[in-house]
Amino acid sequence: MAAGRTVPTFTSAMLLSWAFFATVPFWIEQVGLYQYLGIEILIFATYALAFNLVLGHAGLPSFGHGAFFGIGAYAFGLAQFNVGRNLWLCLAIAALTAAAAGALVALFISHRRGIYYALLTIAFGQIFWFVAIKAHSITGGEDGLLKIERLPLSLGFTRVELASNVSLYYFVLAIFICVSLLLWRLAHSPFGRIVKAIKQNETRARFVGYDVWRYKAAVLVISAGLSGLAGALFAMAQTSAFPDVMSLHYSGYVVMMTLVGGGLVSFWGPVIGAGAFFLARDVIGALTTGWMLWFGLSFVVLVLFKPEGIAGMFAGITSRERKAAPPRGKPQLQAR
Amino acid sequence: MALFEAHELHLRFGDRVVLENVSLSFEAGRLSGIIGPNGAGKTTCFNVLTGRYKPDRGRVLFDGRDITGRSPQQIARLGVARSFQIMTLFDEFSVFENVAIALPKTRARGHDPLGQAYADHALVDEAYDVLEKVGLADRADDEAKSLPYGARRALEIAVALASRPKLLFLDEPTAGLGSDGRARLADLVRKLKGILTIVIIEHDMEFLFSLADDISVIHWGQVIARGTPAALKANPWVEASNLGRLN
Repeated sequence: MAAGRTVPTFTSAMLLSWAFFATVPFWIEQVGLYQYLGIEILIFATYALAFNLVLGHAGLPSFGHGAFFGIGAYAFGLAQFNVGRNLWLCLAIAALTAAAAGALVALFISHRRGIYYALLTIAFGQIFWFVAIKAHSITGGEDGLLKIERLPLSLGFTRVELASNVSLYYFVLAIFICVSLLLWRLAHSPFGRIVKAIKQNETRARFVGYDVWRYKAAVLVISAGLSGLAGALFAMAQTSAFPDVMSLHYSGYVVMMTLVGGGLVSFWGPVIGAGAFFLARDVIGALTTGWMLWFGLSFVVLVLFKPEGIAGMFAGITSRERKAAPPRGKPQLQAR
Repeated sequence: MALFEAHELHLRFGDRVVLENVSLSFEAGRLSGIIGPNGAGKTTCFNVLTGRYKPDRGRVLFDGRDITGRSPQQIARLGVARSFQIMTLFDEFSVFENVAIALPKTRARGHDPLGQAYADHALVDEAYDVLEKVGLADRADDEAKSLPYGARRALEIAVALASRPKLLFLDEPTAGLGSDGRARLADLVRKLKGILTIVIIEHDMEFLFSLADDISVIHWGQVIARGTPAALKANPWVEASNLGRLN
């Protein structure tokens, strides 16, 4: 009898990276950077992981994801102004509002694939961005939604202020851990495997009985909700929300982060990519204002020569080691 | 009544009539064949029967139920599986997962976003059973795209078998296979025959005539003859065409 096949919930790479992130506030200022950068990296790492559920895992090219991130940011601010000043409540409203926007978009695009899917996501992204700019009475238009508070974290028995960057960093880290764990489980669940199958062969998936569009819609809704959660954290970090994160080029940044990091081959690729993006911005940005030119060029080089991204380079090294190892299992009688 | 019936199917693409008045019936437990020259409408016919195209007219019945115009996934869930002439696999999955993903057990848990996909022993056993049947159990952990051509053809059938069908459509299962591969495939089909109802589209007459209980000949989008292999050999049209050149 064959044994069941399980994927561990926690991996050593996962625990090591969490532990690494936990140490960041202790040394980030010593290396000449600043605490807020850590917050930005973790928020965008969360966002890129959520985005990669759609791009890398489901193979759906979404170029309008900024909309969901931005909607989360606005919803967080509006919830604390109008509904209640409770952190959990406002975060939940942000995630749910973004998920609802995702569901609305999914209704229109889940029967599409490839370039049509991509174009429709751009179109919807632009609509949301345009609305954010024009709906001045709700979003503050181009002036943005200001004076969003970093609400204190209430855990029942105690209350933690998140006003300082270090405490907010640890809160964002906790959310990042939850989101990455959730997405990791999802990637190896029946739902996640079916989505992965649909990415590889939509036709076959239908002919073995799957309602493909429902899975594609569900993936977008989950991804949008988590992107909205990241957006809410960004509104907290910035203590404001602006329409620029919803623009097409911000939507492009998350695609870039995901691809540079290696989201197409690795679960953790988007995290690497988000880190690389902000470090490039600050380190190359300190030398030249044209940092995006250099980052863009490295993106071009990477896509041309190593489309699997930074994570793909590591995977290349480890798989070469694996190939050198003696073959496992029964000896093969046939020559291949 | 036959397990699967098609009544007077018509289908046009633009001004081209692809299927004209096609009626077919497949009896439970039998192996039926469909032959015909290139472009005769065989694969199109399969595509109508399995829900890929909607016929302009006509009805399709499975197990006494009208399934005309239903989607492929609905028809698949009723117990109709198919393989494809052009390889249609989950290339990045292992051989095991290609089969496991198609099992009804996995499908039933498709809404579960947090549980383990293949932790269930019974599910893994079931997948291995299917792989044993097609002779791929010892390659379960290989990536599907790394398999040699003949093994991919077998996996193509395994994925269809995994969905536990009552009726299995095989679209040119021998396409691209050499004589060894064809012989192995014939053995496999012979094994499956009797376990489930099978319908095969084939080019290779020898292969089909040795296996099928009855055969329908399609040409110009019409069924022009139907009968047992023996009866068909005497058919003047089959005799006149290349199809009749059998030993």
